[in-house]
Amino acid sequence: MAERLIEVKDLEVKFHTEDGVVNAVDGVSFELQRGQVLGIVGESGSGKSVTAMTLLGLTRDSNTSFGGEVIYKGRNVLDMNEDELQDVRGNEMSMIFQDPMTSLNPVYSIGMQIGEAIRVHQRADKAQARRRAIDLLRQVGIPNAESRVDNYPHEFSGGMRQRAMIAMALACNPDVLIADEPTTALDVTIQAQIIELIDRLKDEFNSAVILITHDLGVVADVADEIIVMYAGRVVERAAKRPLFYDPQHPYTWGLLGSIPRLDRPKQERLHSIKGTPPSLIRTPKGCKFRPRCPHAFDKCMEEPRLENRVEEPGHLDRCWLSVDEKRRLRVPTLEGTEEAA
Amino acid sequence: MSSAGNGDAPLVEVQNVKKYFPIRKGVLGREVGAVHAVDDVTFAVKEGETLGLVGESGCGKSTLGRTIVRLHEPTEGKVIFEGRDISKLGTRALRPLRREMQMIFQDPYASLNPRKRVGSIIGTPLKIHGVEKSQRRARVQELLETVGLSPEHYNRFPHEFSGGQRQRIGVARALALNPKLVVADEPVSALDVSIQSQMLNLLDDLQRELKLTYIFIAHDLGVVRHVSDRIAVMYLGKLVELSPAEDLYRRPIMPYTEALLSAVPIPDPDLSEQRERIVLQGDVPSPINPPSGCRFHPRCRYMTDICKEVEPPLVDYGRGHLAACHHPLNVDRETLERAKVSRRHTPDAADDAAKPRDSSGRSDPVPGR
Repeated sequence: MAERLIEVKDLEVKFHTEDGVVNAVDGVSFELQRGQVLGIVGESGSGKSVTAMTLLGLTRDSNTSFGGEVIYKGRNVLDMNEDELQDVRGNEMSMIFQDPMTSLNPVYSIGMQIGEAIRVHQRADKAQARRRAIDLLRQVGIPNAESRVDNYPHEFSGGMRQRAMIAMALACNPDVLIADEPTTALDVTIQAQIIELIDRLKDEFNSAVILITHDLGVVADVADEIIVMYAGRVVERAAKRPLFYDPQHPYTWGLLGSIPRLDRPKQERLHSIKGTPPSLIRTPKGCKFRPRCPHAFDKCMEEPRLENRVEEPGHLDRCWLSVDEKRRLRVPTLEGTEEAA
Repeated sequence: MSSAGNGDAPLVEVQNVKKYFPIRKGVLGREVGAVHAVDDVTFAVKEGETLGLVGESGCGKSTLGRTIVRLHEPTEGKVIFEGRDISKLGTRALRPLRREMQMIFQDPYASLNPRKRVGSIIGTPLKIHGVEKSQRRARVQELLETVGLSPEHYNRFPHEFSGGQRQRIGVARALALNPKLVVADEPVSALDVSIQSQMLNLLDDLQRELKLTYIFIAHDLGVVRHVSDRIAVMYLGKLVELSPAEDLYRRPIMPYTEALLSAVPIPDPDLSEQRERIVLQGDVPSPINPPSGCRFHPRCRYMTDICKEVEPPLVDYGRGHLAACHHPLNVDRETLERAKVSRRHTPDAADDAAKPRDSSGRSDPVPGR
């Protein structure tokens, strides 16, 4: 039985703003085991990044309120004070941010920035931290690590900066590695390198990974389980194969259908999800996806619960359509054979 | 107006275009080297066609795009637009041509002035080109509708829009003057996949309605395939493969193209596991001192001695499929013979281990078809 590292129960994150309350995360639950890769997928504004940042206590603010629990090794992260959190953050749980250009400090050398976590958390001296930084750079595949360690971020290319970010996140052998859109700013070739690297390092460091992305193609290789988020809510949750081969929620179909497929003949028109994600201050009544859903009907005015509706245990979704209807209705979207609107 | 406008005539011709950026050092600003951003590229784009321009960051695709619309002056070579060499024209002479060639930029956050209202952003090209104030507003509102926004957005500021909507504003601005040629520089790479597909469909519709010619720059071959009729692959300033779109996907000839194809994620776990992933090692080398011979050789898995020494010429393998490689993939012997005769090209000079494989042993970076 794998060791359970994180258990998130009914997590709610609300931002109190001048315009009203933003329900950024609304009742999200999941578990993460050691050695597992969890993919969190959704569009901008679906709450996926806020969920991840909350796990590290990065969304704490006087205008933020939380609900539910984030249990990490038996303790609720939401109840920890700043000192306790400091011990966990960057040490046992760490994060790789989306944009390596802006998340590195331009006035410190790469080695200093990687070494900082080691000096703080493991009370290492400067020389030890430097040696460790060189090791880490080598592990993430930076050539000439001994000389590169003294470079500044502007001397690195985009892909190398992202590798340096990963080295930094791995500095203290974290149990949980959270990667927030780690490849979105990168070329496809570099994206393939980075995803492969994260997958390999997960095994080497024996940690668990949360991989956040808007592109289901990115998680098709590495994720074990996938959560699809929409407007702060989980709309579907399943192991990788059921999610790709038997997707239950129309939003998931839309995400899958939007990707131009190299493995198929060229489509005349790409599927697109109409409109834009709703404002999280005034979310639609009933099912949050209803206004954009081509299959919405009367019952959708009431919000469905996230529950298991298919044969596969553990495959949860939030949609009123019957399983048979879903399997029929999704075909044109998934196969790209629908008529041009 | 003056153009012949017949379907086969190229709208744009790029002839041996080079763009070097000098590197200067010292008090005297002595030139100590140059960034070889675009190095001897030749191709033509027909009217109404979409040419996809693909490659990694730093391969010169954006510089080439900007050189074509004359945001850069080429160091050498010619850019011919509607039969006229525009590569040496001065600012004043270029001005009327600016109406015909427009650009859509990559970053919808950085390419719109945050202090200007949408009406003024889209209206500025109209103003510069002398459209009267009374007509401007109506035209801008019409454009907003064309790109799927609402005329009421006229008085809003860019920050009130999402990324996808901002990109639509950028498209409306590019279309304001009814251009013939639109150079779109990574127009969707900053957008979510769901919004990306809306944008691609929009560009598709606009092309049909307004008879536009596109040069579509991107690093993702999946996206490019969807919009392009023909695709040009660039590596370190060189054109390494040029082909009709579907042919490029069915039989990539240049190993670099093969690697690019295999890097595109496929949202299907089983296919994704089956397929051969060619993960390119390292980054694109510096264009200041590009590698000798074939510029791709340090990262190429078929590399042999000849690749280090001799630069492969761009060879026509038939049906408009051109590639520059000593070890062409997916080419049968017959075609190879013909290619050799026609261009005195000697891919056979390579040693046997990496000889061009015939169609039976074709590589397949994208399974499932």
